Amino acid sequence: MTNITDLGVAAIRAGVAQGDFTAREVAEGFNANVAAASALNAFIVTTPEKALEAADKVDADRAAGKPLGSMAGVPIGMKDLFATHGVQTTAASHILEGFIPQYESTVSSNLWAAGAGMLGKLNLDQFAMGSSNETSYFGNVISPWKRSGGSNAQMSPGGSSGGSSTAVAARLAPAATGTDTGGSIRQPAAFTGITGIKPTYGRCSRWGVVAFASSLDQAGPMAHDVRDCAIMLGAMAGFDPKDSTSLDLPVPDWEAGLDGNLKGKKVGIPREYRMEGTDPEILKSWEDGIAWLKDAGAEVVDISLPHTKYALPAYYIIAPAEASSNLARYDGVRYGLRDLPEGSGLQDMYAATRAAGFGDEVKRRVLIGTYVLSAGFYDAYYTQAQKVRALVAQDFENAFKECDVILAPTTPTASFGLGEKTDDPLAMYLNDVFAVPASLAGLPAMSVPCGVNSEGLPLGLQIVGKAFDEQGVLNAGLAIEERARFTAKPEKWW
Amino acid sequence: MSNYRIQGATGEWEVVIGLEVHAQVTSQSKLFSSASTEFGAEPNAQVSLVDAAMPGMLPVLNGECVRQAVRTGMAIEAQINKYSRFDRKNYFYADLPQGYQISQLYHPIVGEGQLLIAKDEKAGIPQDKVIGIERIHIEQDAGKLMHDQHPTMSYVDLNRCGVALMEIVSMPHMTSPAEAGAYVRKLRSILRYVGSCDGNMEEGSMRADVNVSVRKVGDPELGTRTETKNVNSVRFVMAVIEQEARRQVDLIEDGGSVVQETRLYDPDKNETRSMRSKEDAHDYRYFPDPDLLPLNLEDAFLEECRSSLPELPDAKRLRYTGELGMTDYNAAQLTAEVETFARFETLLAETARQAGKPEAEVATQVANWTLSVAPGVIKSLGADARLEHNTAAANAAILQMVSAGTVSGGQAKEIYEIVLKIGREPAEIAETEGLKQQSDTGAIEAEIDKVLAENPDKVEQYRSGKDKLFGFFVGQTMKAMQGKANPGVVNELLKAKLG
Repeated sequence: MTNITDLGVAAIRAGVAQGDFTAREVAEGFNANVAAASALNAFIVTTPEKALEAADKVDADRAAGKPLGSMAGVPIGMKDLFATHGVQTTAASHILEGFIPQYESTVSSNLWAAGAGMLGKLNLDQFAMGSSNETSYFGNVISPWKRSGGSNAQMSPGGSSGGSSTAVAARLAPAATGTDTGGSIRQPAAFTGITGIKPTYGRCSRWGVVAFASSLDQAGPMAHDVRDCAIMLGAMAGFDPKDSTSLDLPVPDWEAGLDGNLKGKKVGIPREYRMEGTDPEILKSWEDGIAWLKDAGAEVVDISLPHTKYALPAYYIIAPAEASSNLARYDGVRYGLRDLPEGSGLQDMYAATRAAGFGDEVKRRVLIGTYVLSAGFYDAYYTQAQKVRALVAQDFENAFKECDVILAPTTPTASFGLGEKTDDPLAMYLNDVFAVPASLAGLPAMSVPCGVNSEGLPLGLQIVGKAFDEQGVLNAGLAIEERARFTAKPEKWW
Repeated sequence: MSNYRIQGATGEWEVVIGLEVHAQVTSQSKLFSSASTEFGAEPNAQVSLVDAAMPGMLPVLNGECVRQAVRTGMAIEAQINKYSRFDRKNYFYADLPQGYQISQLYHPIVGEGQLLIAKDEKAGIPQDKVIGIERIHIEQDAGKLMHDQHPTMSYVDLNRCGVALMEIVSMPHMTSPAEAGAYVRKLRSILRYVGSCDGNMEEGSMRADVNVSVRKVGDPELGTRTETKNVNSVRFVMAVIEQEARRQVDLIEDGGSVVQETRLYDPDKNETRSMRSKEDAHDYRYFPDPDLLPLNLEDAFLEECRSSLPELPDAKRLRYTGELGMTDYNAAQLTAEVETFARFETLLAETARQAGKPEAEVATQVANWTLSVAPGVIKSLGADARLEHNTAAANAAILQMVSAGTVSGGQAKEIYEIVLKIGREPAEIAETEGLKQQSDTGAIEAEIDKVLAENPDKVEQYRSGKDKLFGFFVGQTMKAMQGKANPGVVNELLKAKLG
């Protein structure tokens, strides 16, 4: 029989439901993988007992003939940005080290209610700020992937959901939660050969998710394939009156709606995404994607998203502006780290606490955000960036008059080695150039693995859809998945 | 224009005043959380996860606070903005867990309105004056720091943190302490009529930031203003203006200039002192709160707000002087406070019902009773007054006996005292306690005859033109009747007998 830990969400759920194996066996299998993979540094905290507890409940429910939830028997990894009741929640920061919430985020509650269990809290870039998972206070996550030809270089699993991408790619979890502010689900998914979707802004409640940039943050699933993402997104999503920006819409049954036949659908290819500096192998994968979608019956049309080049700069104004304000609450007064030098006052305490508690990248973004909101600069930066944001959204609206989904690369390059870009923040930011426009527009977007490059590293293709049309995105993703037949796996070295 | 002037060495100065009043919105729960707003709880007993700004917590707007702000706006005849938005005002302080206050800078919920302050010559307000109101916006209150709990540490109480405030910003239309005092009192009255704020200044439900500048009389330019923060009584608002205007005049005349700054008022020393100047003012980095959607008000909601408004002070005052034929003074007194007019109107209706007369006919009697007689008796009884006996029915019954001539004004007070202490029926008290006027002409006539017989010399003098002696005869007769004679009857009979 196949190793249980090679299975994804749908297969585990089916196996548990049919009695092929118990949920406890599944949880034990993944707990063992997690315990054996500390070299990857994917988890900040492991919670094997939580995984077992949830599994036992599912096994008992099954034995009692009770109906099982959509994630029944599936243990998952929880990005450590989601508050989990009684389990340390840090956002990979020193300032929240030791913080144990007395509440559970809506998304994680939804998952537990659907029968999922928690393997542990996944590492990430500190406060979700980063594209390589190198800004975590708890050390960087290491991708299970290596460059081919015996290279020993440690590769980045992407960021900020790097713990999530590594955990799924290395079979430490069949699926994991991610959050995506400017590509933090899609880019790590692309770097590690897995699938991840950021739904329409507002689909998943932000309640209980440590905020980075409120107008952009959106949770989503990261898993092996499109079906698993559809199942898990269905469990995560839903209207939440505790989040004023939550969408008050019914959650469609995306899994039931999966259909890789794209006959009658139009796929837009944005000409502005053919950027200088994009890896030729990425461009080649894009061509492959176009061919696959045509094969699936879609008509391919050339579209224009004229303001694309302004999206990244606008993002790096809006996101830090919101972050500078969202992170003001970490002040040493009520919870988390407090650094109170002998004889010091309130201002000294703020300064010492925040200096010690935040990493360099977080400080950089707080400073940028503070600057762009300052008197005299607000209009030049923030107001202007909001205008750009509106234009970027308008671009998509216009484009979607001519097509149903948009196909583009997820990233301009494949994964890079840890440390290769840490000295150049701008180069790092450029990694999100294809991901950020959909974030600014609040649109659903996913990354699907489409092959490996000449170095044996995975590549991803991105599908962007109309607002609320996760189904269209998932279906186009499925069409690619069915044709790309991505089966590459990282060689186990850890 | 008021005639308030500051006498300086170089001539006369006038003062220009604008007020920003922070009024706590009456609501069960806070502006963006479900924690209770009740005053007086144990420290930190009313703090939700949102109020404490725990990681990942999000604000959800309390619709009742919006409703109260809109109703308040309507009560000051203001523009209601169907589109408004919340902004974050960013600054660090230990009583502000989020590190920002959610407020409305760019798009407030209520735009321009106005408020009328009534002429009050004694106070130096020679005529009615309209004070412009620039805007009302809603925002969160902060928590409270306690510095007296520990030798080296400060404590934080977050009970008040997140409670909804309306900031009501006047235009710089006031030109004397009296006008500013009248403005605050009138605003308080309107808020209490509407029910959007309890107006309790001692508990901090209402406090004012007082903007003051001075200029030479006739100078069209405004002077540099200072802002004195968190002034919590009408008296202090007026004192701040007096002190601050005087200080500014002296400063300028001594060759200095006023610095735009924030000041604090010290009531013990009756002086203001500098808190921080413009140079070290915060840069609040306002920007739209991304956790909240813009607020769009629907017509049906606005209609509900409007139809829920009660009759407001100005309209009520006009009705009292017009329909009820009341004096300006009585009308102003009766309409100033919600409790007063409520008591008055209940008693008015009951008195009219018992008397079988239109309200207008008994209004003056009820007004006088409500404003002076009844409060005097209650006050003199002090703790002996049991206010549960103070029913409209009992009061109306007493008034009815007075207007029928059955009891005198003095007897009415005595009956009222007994009612308040014990709670018996007024008619029964009048009967059993002998508190009725004697209108029996025979008995009165007999006493008059005695008085006239005992004072032949005075009768003589009266008849030869000394009219003033009439009062003497009345007095003697009343005395003989132990004060229980109906004075009208006594007068009539005396006039007839004296010729």
